[in-house]
Amino acid sequence: MISAVLLLLLIAAVVIGPFIWRVSISDIDVVAGLQGPSLAHPFGTDDLGQDLLARMIYGGRISLAVGLAAMLVSVFVGTLIGALAGMSRGALGYGLMWLTDLFLSLPQLPLLLMLIYLFRDGLKALFGPEGGIFILIVLVIGGLRWMPVARLVRAQFLSLREKEFVEAARALGASPVRQVVRHILPNALGPVIIAGTIDVAAAIIAESTLSFLGLGFPPDTPTWGRILYDAKDFLDIGPHWALFPGGAIFIAVVAINFIGDGLRDALDARKVI
Amino acid sequence: MSQYILRRLMIAIPSLLGISLVLFVVLALAPGDPFSELATNPNVPPEVQAALRAKFGLDDPIYLRYLHWLAAMVHGDWGFSFVSRVDVDTLILQRLPTTLYVVGSSQLLALLIAIPVGVYAATRPYSLFDQLANTFAFIGFSLPTFFTGILFILVFSVKLDWLPFVYTSVPGSGIPWLLEMIRQAIMPVMVLGLFQAASMTRFVRSAMLDVIRLDYVTTARAKGLGQAKVIVKHVMRNAMIPVVTLIALQMPAVFGGAIVTEQIFRIPGIGSLLISSILANDTPVVMAVTFVFACLVVLFNLIADVLYGWLDPRISFR
Repeated sequence: MISAVLLLLLIAAVVIGPFIWRVSISDIDVVAGLQGPSLAHPFGTDDLGQDLLARMIYGGRISLAVGLAAMLVSVFVGTLIGALAGMSRGALGYGLMWLTDLFLSLPQLPLLLMLIYLFRDGLKALFGPEGGIFILIVLVIGGLRWMPVARLVRAQFLSLREKEFVEAARALGASPVRQVVRHILPNALGPVIIAGTIDVAAAIIAESTLSFLGLGFPPDTPTWGRILYDAKDFLDIGPHWALFPGGAIFIAVVAINFIGDGLRDALDARKVI
Repeated sequence: MSQYILRRLMIAIPSLLGISLVLFVVLALAPGDPFSELATNPNVPPEVQAALRAKFGLDDPIYLRYLHWLAAMVHGDWGFSFVSRVDVDTLILQRLPTTLYVVGSSQLLALLIAIPVGVYAATRPYSLFDQLANTFAFIGFSLPTFFTGILFILVFSVKLDWLPFVYTSVPGSGIPWLLEMIRQAIMPVMVLGLFQAASMTRFVRSAMLDVIRLDYVTTARAKGLGQAKVIVKHVMRNAMIPVVTLIALQMPAVFGGAIVTEQIFRIPGIGSLLISSILANDTPVVMAVTFVFACLVVLFNLIADVLYGWLDPRISFR
């Protein structure tokens, strides 16, 4: 409950923040560099004197948007593969599950880094530096996190497709697509929603990790991870610079994870003891 | 048992092949040419370029290139770093022990924290201890490793000045050198270990709770066995089976955390090698390090399989 309020506050701050806090993210004022929190700069300034609150609001938009978009990609791919594997009674199901297991044993972060490294320049040329990286990061993070969703959906489908109400629909002449979309999928959504919630948190961490390693968004785009990356060399003189973005990531992730946990208790009664 | 291990090994080979195929396809699909460094260099005449392309088989059909590449990898011919002008395998072998040392000791730390805490919490569900452990576990796995790393540096290096935050690997010997090596590994191992311990504690607790209410446990108690003996000998052994699965599934995340930790504390392991070679556009090293990480993940899955066989002898006869 508290975490839902926290998350809503965070989202509200990020969405309407720029209309209230009208300081530019890139105004350079070297004289006012590395100041702690003050009235003029509530979150302090970085080494170039850029206002951290404005940068955090801007970065939060990107970080949360990446989290949501990557979750949508992973839920979509996972549901599709899980549904196909769950409905097929032949080799396709086994093949897809083998693929899922293969992806589960891939080392994700190295692969993520490698994909970004290889495709970065091509997409940058196509969609511009920010848009290209956004699409790439969302696709890659989402494309490497669909496996748990696929397994959940398949498990649900395997039991649901033998239930009487599905059999009734089949007897009435419903096509397989209609059986899936109207009858099976709505009943399988509970675990998918939980997994999707937790995926948002994981995607935010993944994006921040990439930016923290210096391989995410371009340097002039301040995401939370990127601000942390810039701050890590100034820990002794400007600790506030690292604490604010790190704290924001932590609050967002904890809040989302708690919501996921609460949803699990609410939707999946069997887990509660 | 040995037959079972052999069977597991045979299953690991296709998954390694699959991973290598994924890596190769990614590399082949990527825009740009691994030889662009040479192509843009005006000192290399076009004939030499064409000869090089023919030598490395870059104009062959894709399945032939995959087979060539695979054969070279199996032979230990991993290519040549563009940047440091050293064979990739010597570069990796130099740095692998450091990574394994840090990852191994942090896994050990995580087990030493997670098993006692998880078991104790499960024997007293919903007690104060259980709730505290749960809350800390939740916070622990929500804190990304890069932020804990920075917090640790802030507290223990900047404010308290107890521990060094840059990992140096000067060769040496003797007790002071050994102490220094341990001292500088404390923070990275703590960061990675605590992160792992957080999720493991939850696994251990829920697995213990699943087993502890089964009838055979009541039987053991009814026989008059002591609480400690019931928990350790009867409950824990069965509860560890799902825990081993979950820990094996976590291995990719562990190595991801290791990359981040190596980067924060500047540990000269293969994770920081990966980052520096990505920044330097050193394709052969990037490919090889990614493949090594994949092999490590498969290796740990194999170890998990062997552990199943030991925990539940029925599995190895199937």
